[in-house]
Amino acid sequence: MSEERQIQLEVLRYNPETDSQPRYQTYTVPCVNEWVVLDALNYVKENLDPTLSYRWSCHMAVCGSCGYMINGEPKLGCKAFIHEYGDHIRVEPLANFPIERDLVTVVEDFIAKLASVKPYLIPKEDKPISAGEFRQTPAELKKYKQYTLCINCMLCYAACPQYGLVPEFLGPAAISMAHRYNQDSRDGGRDQRQEVVATDEGVWECSFVGACSEVCPKHVDPAGALQQVKVASTIDWYKEHLMPWVKK
Amino acid sequence: MSRKPYVREVSKTTWFLSQPRYKRYMAREVTCVFILIYTFLLICALGALAKGPDAFQAFLHALRGPLGVLFNLAALVATVYHSMSWFDVTPQAMPIQRGEEFVPGNVIVGAHYGAWAVVSLIILIWGI
Repeated sequence: MSEERQIQLEVLRYNPETDSQPRYQTYTVPCVNEWVVLDALNYVKENLDPTLSYRWSCHMAVCGSCGYMINGEPKLGCKAFIHEYGDHIRVEPLANFPIERDLVTVVEDFIAKLASVKPYLIPKEDKPISAGEFRQTPAELKKYKQYTLCINCMLCYAACPQYGLVPEFLGPAAISMAHRYNQDSRDGGRDQRQEVVATDEGVWECSFVGACSEVCPKHVDPAGALQQVKVASTIDWYKEHLMPWVKK
Repeated sequence: MSRKPYVREVSKTTWFLSQPRYKRYMAREVTCVFILIYTFLLICALGALAKGPDAFQAFLHALRGPLGVLFNLAALVATVYHSMSWFDVTPQAMPIQRGEEFVPGNVIVGAHYGAWAVVSLIILIWGI
């Protein structure tokens, strides 16, 4: 049975046309326990305040659009159930990103970083279509499968204190995506990605706080991916300096 | 319409107070200070040893004072916490795939604790 209750939904509002800084606005929302925070936002938008701006699309943790800070924690609005919270819920835009309007953040920085790691297969060698598909064993697939689950929701960037302090940091999701393709047996683009990834502002900016993996809604474990990239990059360095005759 | 994004500044000095997980991280990092001082003491011990038996005995005597014992106890606690916090994350940094499946994380962590116990035991027996 659905139990109805009222919650106070406190939302950080920012209108770039009229506000010099963000302000909180509280809405009283009647909701049922099965609702998620995104449902409460939709109720506000449809019934109380049509000016409220926020991103969402699929409502099922696939599109990665509805990331907000919910009671200070980066969460997907569609996965944060009302029954897990008390009667007062605070929703803010994702931390570490500039606010465009209300809960909408500026994400160009992340998009550019993601593109910079070439997140697509770069085959080792061209082969004609007539030569058939690039085959892969189940073990080879399993090696990187976990990293394919990333939905680019940016919760990991909102959780990462390093990204907050050093905005140039390439960040958890972009490096995890580079790792995903580097681990793929069909790929030969690691050297190209390492030029961006194995740099001070790449993986070496990470100090393994681990917050990215704690908040990841898809259990991608970006922190693990970054540490593996560090290990591999360190081995590269030793090979290059101690054994220059060994090909990478 | 022109854009006017609002940037929320992050405090460079107090950021880690904002979340418990950041405090846990800082606790892990702070333990390095004890390990640094302990390493410095080891170098001092080598220096004293190089000067001769009297200098080394004097160094050992100084370490047996209340400050020396207190520091060693604090360094032991810090080192154990440091090691455990790193052992716990080894499955993330060093996953091992055998065939199709990955070796369970607790096996990798357990192997580290096992190796730690063996090395500690050897040093203790050798020391006695």
